Amino acid sequence: MRDRAWIFIGLAAFLALALAPVWQSALHGAARKPEPKIVTKAKQCVEPTAEMRRNHMELLNAWRDTVVRRGQRTYLAADGKTVTMSLSGTCMSCHPNKKEFCDACHNYLAVSPYCWECHIEPKEKS
Amino acid sequence: MRVVWSLLLVGVLALIAFFGAQAGGQALFGIVLPYLAMAVFLVGVAARVVGWARSTVPFRIPTTCGQERSLPWIKPASLDNPSTGLGAAARVLLEVFTFRSLFRNNRSELREGGRFTFSADKWLWAAALAFHYSFLVVFLRHYRFFAEPVPAVVAWIQGLDGFFQVGLPVVYVSDIVLVAALGYLLWRRLADARLRYISLHADYFPLALILGVALSGVLLRYFSKADIVAVKELAIGLVSFHPAVPKGIDPLVFVHIFLVSVLLTYFPFSKLVHMAGVFLSPTRNLANDNRMHRHVNPWNPPIVGHTYAEWEQEFHDKLVASGIPLDKE
Ligand code: HEC
Ligand code: HEC
Ligand code: HEC
Ligand code: HEM
Repeated sequence: MRDRAWIFIGLAAFLALALAPVWQSALHGAARKPEPKIVTKAKQCVEPTAEMRRNHMELLNAWRDTVVRRGQRTYLAADGKTVTMSLSGTCMSCHPNKKEFCDACHNYLAVSPYCWECHIEPKEKS
Repeated sequence: MRVVWSLLLVGVLALIAFFGAQAGGQALFGIVLPYLAMAVFLVGVAARVVGWARSTVPFRIPTTCGQERSLPWIKPASLDNPSTGLGAAARVLLEVFTFRSLFRNNRSELREGGRFTFSADKWLWAAALAFHYSFLVVFLRHYRFFAEPVPAVVAWIQGLDGFFQVGLPVVYVSDIVLVAALGYLLWRRLADARLRYISLHADYFPLALILGVALSGVLLRYFSKADIVAVKELAIGLVSFHPAVPKGIDPLVFVHIFLVSVLLTYFPFSKLVHMAGVFLSPTRNLANDNRMHRHVNPWNPPIVGHTYAEWEQEFHDKLVASGIPLDKE
């Protein structure tokens, strides 16, 4: 009776909220998908690209543990190459454009690795 | 054995999506079914709510756990037994946010030596609270797949949720709590013979299904990592109505999405609609003011009164003839 108005207001609010992503995409237009920019002349990453794309954080985690806990600094990649396990020293030497590379993907998915609180970011023009 | 069937059913659904997506059903599991499920969910929940709104509530149900408002020197329990609309709204919100009615859960047991005991049992309340809040956090965090730019709140929630910074990708506390709470809620129904006896498929299936969704999600994040940049493309395509399945989406993602679609479709027809229903529980949302206001039953026929004066008028002559004294005069 008297309360019906409240129920319908609540229902309308729920439906509006449930479709929030639709309104947001209508307002902001179609989202651009990130295109991480490769600037190095190297042909290959440490591991195959598809592998890196999904698993780079696990690789970094393994590197961190191996260096900090076991004191080993050399990584043997699947293809037999060896690289020094270092975030700033290795990854960022081939990918010095953090803003256009790492952050391009990370901002898209609101990932914000806390590594840079300690590790040095490559200097870039913003 | 009902629990086994529910778990099996969820397992079969997962396998259907896993192999179906690899056999070329990507558009089906990634686009068609999610759209259908969302439509069924929204229309279904709305239809249930409209149905409830149209049914008449004849009388305020005074099932309460506190002192009713009466004489000025008796202290009323204004939240447990509210006499105003505002108090009733507060009672509903407290129920929604803190599950007070589960807090009152009791356990009665026949102990050794024939002793019958009653005791408070807070485990159901604690596990239900843990489950619902972790689900909410996981749900809100998922907003990052559907919005560009991602709202700042979502980033804060992620930061708080990953506070302990264990491993990479950072372990979310809500994932652990969600799976643990679901596990307890399922175990609870199985451990007690009486509870097992009254538990139906309708009780096990939602638990098993949500467990399936959560476990496939956990697998995706921590173990068999998916290319979630591609997943976001898919999700954005869905919400902007330009659906397309990008390359490189793992079959496990389709399992996750399919189980969510099943959950959404099942939602309006099952006990899960309590999400909308809590707000409309008559024992929570009606103020107990039966003794302060007259509540007229809306379907009562209009009462045709016949006062003494009218009666006297009707039989006036007969009354006079038999010498009965009249009020009038
Ligand atoms: C030798 C130089 C080199 C080093 C060192 C290197 N990368 Fe790469 N990386 C590349 C190249 C080149 C590509 C692009 C390969 C391609 O296009 O197939 C790439 C691709 C990637 C990708 C995938 C990008 C995409 O678009 O899918 C990620 C993620 C990545 N690198 C992260 C890292 C991380 C993290 C490290 C440190 C552990 C690292 N890279 C170290 C050269 C390097
Ligand atoms: C509290 C500060 C701190 C934070 C935050 C931190 N690290 Fe480190 N990290 C260190 C220190 C100190 C070392 C040891 C440096 C050494 O021995 O050369 C190290 C070493 C490493 C190494 C191997 C050595 C090198 O030169 O890179 C890797 C890889 C690494 N960290 C990755 C990460 C990643 C990935 C993150 C973010 C998820 C992270 N770290 C966050 C302090 C930190
Ligand atoms: C192809 C896109 C892409 C590129 C390029 C990329 N990342 Fe990532 N990265 C991701 C995604 C997506 C996640 C989150 C995965 C998840 O949440 O499951 C992530 C997560 C991480 C994490 C874990 C963060 C956390 O809090 O869990 C670290 C550390 C990380 N990336 C480092 C790097 C570094 C360093 C680079 C640049 C050298 C880089 N990434 C480039 C997509 C990318
Ligand atoms: C009721 C709805 C859902 C529930 C309960 C749920 C649950 C979960 C859980 C518990 C995780 C583990 C990691 C985390 O917490 O972030 C997860 C991950 C994930 N979910 Fe869901 N999910 C739901 C809906 C969806 C939908 C609709 C999508 C489609 C876009 C989706 C895509 C993913 C992906 C891609 C991951 C992996 C995330 C990562 O790697 O960080 N989920 N889900």
